[in-house]
Amino acid sequence: MATPTRTTESGPALRRSAFRRSRGDGPFRFASTGAGVVLLAIMAAIGLFLVVKAVPALQANTSHFLTELTWQPNATKPVFGIGALAFGTVLSSLLALLIATPVAVGVALFISHYAPRRLASALGYVVDLLAAVPSVVYGLWGVTFLVPFMLGPSTFLNDYFGWIPLFSGESIVGKSMLTASLVLAIMILPIIAAISREVFLQAPKMQEEAALALGATRWEMIRTAVLPFGRPGVISAAMLGLGRAMGETIAVALIFPATFKISFQILGPYGNSIAANIANGFGEATEVGRGALIASGLVLFLITLLVNMAARFIIARRKEYARAAA
Amino acid sequence: MAKQIEVAGLDAYYGSHKAIEGISMTIEPRSVTAFIGPSGCGKSTFLRTLNRMHEVIPGARVEGKVRLEDQDLYGPEIDPVSVRRTIGMVFQRPNPFPTMSIYDNVAAGLRLNGRVSRSQLDGIVEDSLKGANLWNEVKDRLARPGAGLSGGQQQRLCIARAIAVRPQVLLMDEPCSALDPISTLAIEDLISKLKQDYTIVIVTHNMQQAARVSDRTAFFNLAAQGQPGKLVEMDETSKIFTNPAEKATEDYITGRFG
Amino acid sequence: MTVQTGIQPISATRRAKDRLVQALVYLAFALAVIPLVSVLWLVVKNGAGRFDMEFFTHSMRNIGARDAGGGAYHAIIGTLEQVLLASLIAVPIGLLTAVYLVEYGEGGRLSRIISFFVDVMTGVPSVVSGLFVLAFWILVLGMSFSGFAGALALSILMMPVVVRATEEMLRLVPRELREASYALGVPKWRTIVKVVLPTALPGIVTGVMLAVARVAGETAPLLLTVFVTDSINNDPFNGPQMGLPLYVFNQTILPTDVAVDRAWTGALTLILIVMLLNLVARLITWWRSPARRR
Repeated sequence: MATPTRTTESGPALRRSAFRRSRGDGPFRFASTGAGVVLLAIMAAIGLFLVVKAVPALQANTSHFLTELTWQPNATKPVFGIGALAFGTVLSSLLALLIATPVAVGVALFISHYAPRRLASALGYVVDLLAAVPSVVYGLWGVTFLVPFMLGPSTFLNDYFGWIPLFSGESIVGKSMLTASLVLAIMILPIIAAISREVFLQAPKMQEEAALALGATRWEMIRTAVLPFGRPGVISAAMLGLGRAMGETIAVALIFPATFKISFQILGPYGNSIAANIANGFGEATEVGRGALIASGLVLFLITLLVNMAARFIIARRKEYARAAA
Repeated sequence: MAKQIEVAGLDAYYGSHKAIEGISMTIEPRSVTAFIGPSGCGKSTFLRTLNRMHEVIPGARVEGKVRLEDQDLYGPEIDPVSVRRTIGMVFQRPNPFPTMSIYDNVAAGLRLNGRVSRSQLDGIVEDSLKGANLWNEVKDRLARPGAGLSGGQQQRLCIARAIAVRPQVLLMDEPCSALDPISTLAIEDLISKLKQDYTIVIVTHNMQQAARVSDRTAFFNLAAQGQPGKLVEMDETSKIFTNPAEKATEDYITGRFG
Repeated sequence: MTVQTGIQPISATRRAKDRLVQALVYLAFALAVIPLVSVLWLVVKNGAGRFDMEFFTHSMRNIGARDAGGGAYHAIIGTLEQVLLASLIAVPIGLLTAVYLVEYGEGGRLSRIISFFVDVMTGVPSVVSGLFVLAFWILVLGMSFSGFAGALALSILMMPVVVRATEEMLRLVPRELREASYALGVPKWRTIVKVVLPTALPGIVTGVMLAVARVAGETAPLLLTVFVTDSINNDPFNGPQMGLPLYVFNQTILPTDVAVDRAWTGALTLILIVMLLNLVARLITWWRSPARRR
């Protein structure tokens, strides 16, 4: 009979020592909990230290931070405000969202429901590659290729659609709000497409087949079974994309003409954003200047925080809904 | 090394749901005890309370007493980890560690628990694989991944892994339900052999299997869905299958429900 | 009402609509691929010119905006050091946080709060993480601009990515494996270290590499923390350093063609590094997944 010889490790009696109960488990549990707490502390510290360094600059400001348009924090009498920068940030991001969302939804549908099965995942990877291109490369591409290229289409828009306020204006340039928004759109497209693709793939197969069995065309099936199911997912994906667009820095820093004017003429030589201003203004900033930039960063942090939390909230609600449906 | 288990007034919960209620029984050493009963009657849950695996699931807890000879398994000073070293377990689906070789799988319990010398380990691995009737099939490929074996071999590997830590009791949770008939036969042969050294408890859905391998059989049932499972009766296997005391047992065995 | 027999064709408008949508969907995909092709093509075409030995062996010391030559050696060294340091900070914290969320948190209050803030952290703009390190490390603590300061900023961006990737992989490890280990009398922490983490390792490595690829291309946080230098600085803890993305940015804003050429070659190098990391990461998953099913 194969009866292994008894090792010293296993005595006949159970261990009684209470100290042995969590031998090693305590420290490991402590370390992993600690890591999570460190993460929370970092988030809190980000808010805290931005406030700490922003306050002195805000006190030195001789104008109202939230409404002032100009940005001259390095002057002996510092004057600066977030007005024009916040306007540019929001306008460029919204335009980018407007351009990117329909295309991203199309791309997601293409990969989830139209592309040949064997190619689908490879094509999905191609779209993901768009996200892997570093921001500064889009900036370089934008400023050397897209800016001169956009002059033609922009002039065309101004000539024939100039009656629309967005496309109106006297001077038409390549370094415009529209070009910056276009680059932002390219950069957020893969995020929106990837999340939308996931939700479209999760659409219940049974309902899709039911729609097809009723004689629906592919588009009718998508409209009745896929899009309604995916709508909350697409909305939250778009909001995540919006958050990303608002925080995007280097690419737009190279493209924006860095003016401090509020203008809806997206083809003209106007436009700036909080993030771009930080990148462009940091080099020659004085102490008050740095504080002012940090204050603007704090505003950006808060805006993106709100947008992201809203997006997460929608996703979380959808998860509950999906669980209830399952 | 085989020991007797005594259970008295045991209840087990998942959160607020009571899964089993008021179970008392004695499990004899060096014998095979089979648990049978319809799905959801709590026999697997009960099995998992015997080596404190039940509490691994979040929100799960146990009330009542389980004694291994003279020790209360749920006593305040008892480390659940040492309980599981003393009372081993084999699961429904074979679950060898995918990142480890055949050798490492068998050695896992010892290695993960502390230092053992290589030569000692070699001996234990060989003995355990022989004990699990697997040695002849794998002795030339001990360094190959355990996940590369057939289902039946994997399950015997898991049994070898369980007996390598030298437990006193071996719990088996439907060990053959995922296996083909030939592998099942191999495991059943193995169970008959192992009972000379171990106290064995086996949960099974297969009544022929219970009749073939066990010395004593316990029948569990539940009054209705959502009600806790209870022990209906427990007796010599031959008696349970030929002349049960309870009507419910007879109905179940003769296939009238379940 | 007449009873129709046989298979009737669907109405022309329905068919036209279906075709139109199909065309639009294909068009959308084409629209998405055009910029990718354009960027990659221009980067390769314009970057090839200066893709020479000098570029990879020399810094920009004593080379003005109008001078030809010069290289990105200092920037490449800087990027490698900064990314390595950032990984050394972010990977342990991210890994342990994921272990907490999956193995110890058990859906409690703290774990839900941490999980929520990991999501929030994912959305922190890169420039804000740079500003935070500037405010905290450099302005409040009085440390100097250095590669390490840059690494701190990058690590903040890496952490949530590592947490999410690891968490997802840990959740894929079947519960039976954990139970098999517990049933052998192995304590929970050893089960995690010896059974759960090794099983999830390929997925975790993939996640970490994608996180590295993401931060390797970040410019804004570096701009605010490592400052800028044209010289080689091998010590990431002292004095200004350079980073490859920052190098591309700096050469782009110079008004001369030779500088822009250097920028393109820098961009090509950066894309090659990032794509390589991406490719290796995907290869690990691809190479690992059929083995799992076997």
